[in-house]
Amino acid sequence: MSEAASIPRAPAPLAAAGAGGRENRRRWHIIWGAGVLAFVLLWQFGESYAGWAFDIPRGWRIPMQRWISDAMRWLVEEASFGLFTFTDLTRFLAAMVEAPYRLVLGLLSTGILDGRGSAAVQLLPPLSWLAVTGVAMLMGHYAGGRRLALLVGGCFAFLAVFGQWASAMVTLASILIAVPVGVVGGLLLGLAAFRWRMFDRALRPVLDLMQTVPVFAYLVPILFLFGFGPTSAVVATIIYALPPMTRISLLALRAVPEEAHELGRMTGCSRRQMTWRILVPSARPGLMVGVNQVIMLSLNMVIIASMIGAGGLGFDVLAALRRLDIGAGIEAGLAIVALAIALDRLSQAFADRRPEHGAEDAQRKGLLARHPYTVAGCLLVLVTALAGLVAAPVQAYPKALQLSTGSVGSDIVGWINVNFFDQIEAVKNALLLNVLVPAKRFLAGLPWLGVSGLLGLLGWRLGGWRLALLVTVLASLIAFTGQWEKAMVTVYLCGISVVIACMIGIPVGILASTRERVWKGVELVIDTLQTLPSFVYLMPAVMLFRVGDFTAMIAVVAYAVAPAIRYTAHGLRQVNPQLLEAGIVSGATPWQLMTKIRLRLALPEILLGINQTIMLALSMLVITALVGTRDLGQEVYIALTKADTGRGLVAGLAVAFIAIIADRLIAAAAERSRQRLGLDDTAGGRS
Amino acid sequence: MTHVRPAAAILSALLAATVLSGAPVRAAENADPIRLTLHDWTGQLITTQIMGEVLKKAGYNVEYVQADYIAQFAGLKTGDLHVAMEIWETTGRDALDEATATGQVENLGESGMLAIEEWWYPSYMKELCPGLPDWEALKSDACAEAFSTAETAPKGRYLGAPVTWGGYDDERVEALELPFEVVHAGTDAALFAELESAYQRKAPILLWVYAPHWAPQKYEGEWVEFPTYEKACYEDPAWGSNPDMAYDCGKPRGPIWKVAWSGVKDKWPGAHKAISAFSVDNDEMGGMITKVDLDGQSVEDVVAAWMEANTDRWSEWIK
Repeated sequence: MSEAASIPRAPAPLAAAGAGGRENRRRWHIIWGAGVLAFVLLWQFGESYAGWAFDIPRGWRIPMQRWISDAMRWLVEEASFGLFTFTDLTRFLAAMVEAPYRLVLGLLSTGILDGRGSAAVQLLPPLSWLAVTGVAMLMGHYAGGRRLALLVGGCFAFLAVFGQWASAMVTLASILIAVPVGVVGGLLLGLAAFRWRMFDRALRPVLDLMQTVPVFAYLVPILFLFGFGPTSAVVATIIYALPPMTRISLLALRAVPEEAHELGRMTGCSRRQMTWRILVPSARPGLMVGVNQVIMLSLNMVIIASMIGAGGLGFDVLAALRRLDIGAGIEAGLAIVALAIALDRLSQAFADRRPEHGAEDAQRKGLLARHPYTVAGCLLVLVTALAGLVAAPVQAYPKALQLSTGSVGSDIVGWINVNFFDQIEAVKNALLLNVLVPAKRFLAGLPWLGVSGLLGLLGWRLGGWRLALLVTVLASLIAFTGQWEKAMVTVYLCGISVVIACMIGIPVGILASTRERVWKGVELVIDTLQTLPSFVYLMPAVMLFRVGDFTAMIAVVAYAVAPAIRYTAHGLRQVNPQLLEAGIVSGATPWQLMTKIRLRLALPEILLGINQTIMLALSMLVITALVGTRDLGQEVYIALTKADTGRGLVAGLAVAFIAIIADRLIAAAAERSRQRLGLDDTAGGRS
Repeated sequence: MTHVRPAAAILSALLAATVLSGAPVRAAENADPIRLTLHDWTGQLITTQIMGEVLKKAGYNVEYVQADYIAQFAGLKTGDLHVAMEIWETTGRDALDEATATGQVENLGESGMLAIEEWWYPSYMKELCPGLPDWEALKSDACAEAFSTAETAPKGRYLGAPVTWGGYDDERVEALELPFEVVHAGTDAALFAELESAYQRKAPILLWVYAPHWAPQKYEGEWVEFPTYEKACYEDPAWGSNPDMAYDCGKPRGPIWKVAWSGVKDKWPGAHKAISAFSVDNDEMGGMITKVDLDGQSVEDVVAAWMEANTDRWSEWIK
């Protein structure tokens, strides 16, 4: 592909390509005209002649639900490797995850126990709140100085003061297991994909499925295979949080400059040295975006994980909102955000730390001088543990000093509700009746045959016959498994939400990219949006907007706007400063600098951002099902509550197919526009 | 106002339990923990913790596990989980039938509580639609208008339960020829969020409410009186006012079941007996839910108070 892009740059074939291009374009005009005409004819007049093009007859449908359910039963009950069964294998994996989890949970929350249940005997008490906060602050100081220490300390103190400590430690324990597995696994997969093209090809659809099949769809099979309890929750979290790390690793590794490769070759690096000494360190800024995403997505799973036995803060949020105690829900939600901020800033600081040289003279000094932080941490743990035996407030934050916002949250929402409901209702109704409902009607009335055909045509135009075949087959599969109608509702809801999220996110990203202070503020807001469980603002939204598509749209936009902002800003910030310098020297205005250099160079990153926005919007479908939409998300949710593996996975796969179609078409469009930009560049350069 | 944080409270209860685990396990029976599932509504937390406390008094090792209401059946079948204290006839019947059919799960009988689910409205709506609670009042256009919103007008708006709960409300509206549109909430939190919102503004609302729950205790209102449910109404179209359609009656009311893994009977026979004997009624439970959700007491305190006041009853269960 890249060779093809470079051909038109040569002046000689340019003219020929231009003439051929004109002819080519005319041909495409005719093809498009014919395609759209056929589509419109089918859409307007086809229903009476070819009803099957609108609604697949029951007999034609592929009984995929039954196949999947049967396959699942076989896997759980009969599949065997001879010596051991498949279930034995998954149970063994579960035990591998459970052992470190129990240990961390013991340290942070329950204490080291002998035995289980109410008959267990506590051998050691858990780390006291002072010890955990202190150790976190020491880590902050080590990695990022006093400011970070204070920030981290503040986050943990928030947990203690607002009475979230016990639940937060349960959540922290599961995060501390899920995140390292997700990061290391994602990096390794990214490296493998970087090295072997074939592996990359095979991995991409799998990653798409992992990220887009709604979690509820595979919750039931995971429970069957990994047993009930926190382990299953951790496994589900890893499946959900791993793909972005893999994708970003691959992107970051590909972006390592050729000079770095050359340096490695010149200094005679072995393959392993090349990977770990050259590639991974050079790709570190990009990789850290991945770590950030793993932490954020893991914390995002907290709510769903709590539904299958993870407990912790997620459970508190659910329980509080079931009683409509909005204040308590927000407090527990903010506790999740506080945890996220502490973990994220710590991990960023550790990554930015440069290894110190000049350790020779430290060798001669004592233990304290060589490892001041470790020694201080151990001392702190010991002292607080001993003091905790005597003074209870050292072990657990005293109840009498806990704060709570009480009913303030509920009161505020109530006040808005009583005083402004009519105005809100008017705006909502206007949007609903003029935009959402017409869009829904339009999409719902389209024949599947026509849509699949048009998508295929688009795929052919953008990426050739392979892409055309892929999108047509996937779109038809949705229809043939009987999911078309719900899929269209999904497309409508996610489509509108993604458009709105991009309209907000990209300008904000552009604004924030050049102003460090603004970026700090924006980062805090999007981190909060991404980690604050949407359930927390979903229920007040229901109170103000009633159940339905509008509320669902708000939730999707709030969640999916984050990557649009983040990737835009990140892409713009990493534009090579020398190119900007060159632009300034040649007298470009700030507007030109932005549009001609920065935005253009950041385009791949921005497109990745849009891609992620779509993925996140689709992953919110499950949550929107909770406010009564009638889309694929609802189908998955129904399947979960009926423990129907086949039904859930079929609907989940339909969601994934929509995502894959969108992803492939966007990628192909980006590739084409880059080619065309390259052409325009040379033309502009000559004039 | 102190806030109740169930998970935190449960954890501290677990911690306390680990320290105070002096009680001898019944010599002949298994010392493995009996795992009871906790869901996310207060009534269930209370029921389960009462059962747990009683079992502890009898010397059993008890562990609480948080689990989803329906997804827990996967665990009950494999024996990962052991006891579920509240499976509602009205919402859990399908999953329960499916599970008991495998032979891995056993129904331990009624919990003494009766699930009520029906259309419900706040009392102030009676002024706008005077014929209530009789269902015939809803047939008039004036009443439908009173309950309508911009999207549904001139039809009334009825906020139904999550689709997953079933309930046949779409069919009911058609069979009884009510000028209403059914809108489904996705979750019960959304259901009561709308009720709270409407109640604050004294705005019209007609929705699905169930008991035992805190809502009928907190808000003043009543259930619509439909023709009383009979089995024939759901199965035989000829029954009732509409000769061509079934579902021309109210919703069934049914017991809340106690359910266990079938292995419990052999592993902990005494516990099996105690769980089967467990019984509390609606009023008792409603009172306890109110104490927790509206008065802000902790689940532990309420359970402890019940244990103290009912020593005779529960010692009977574990005899």
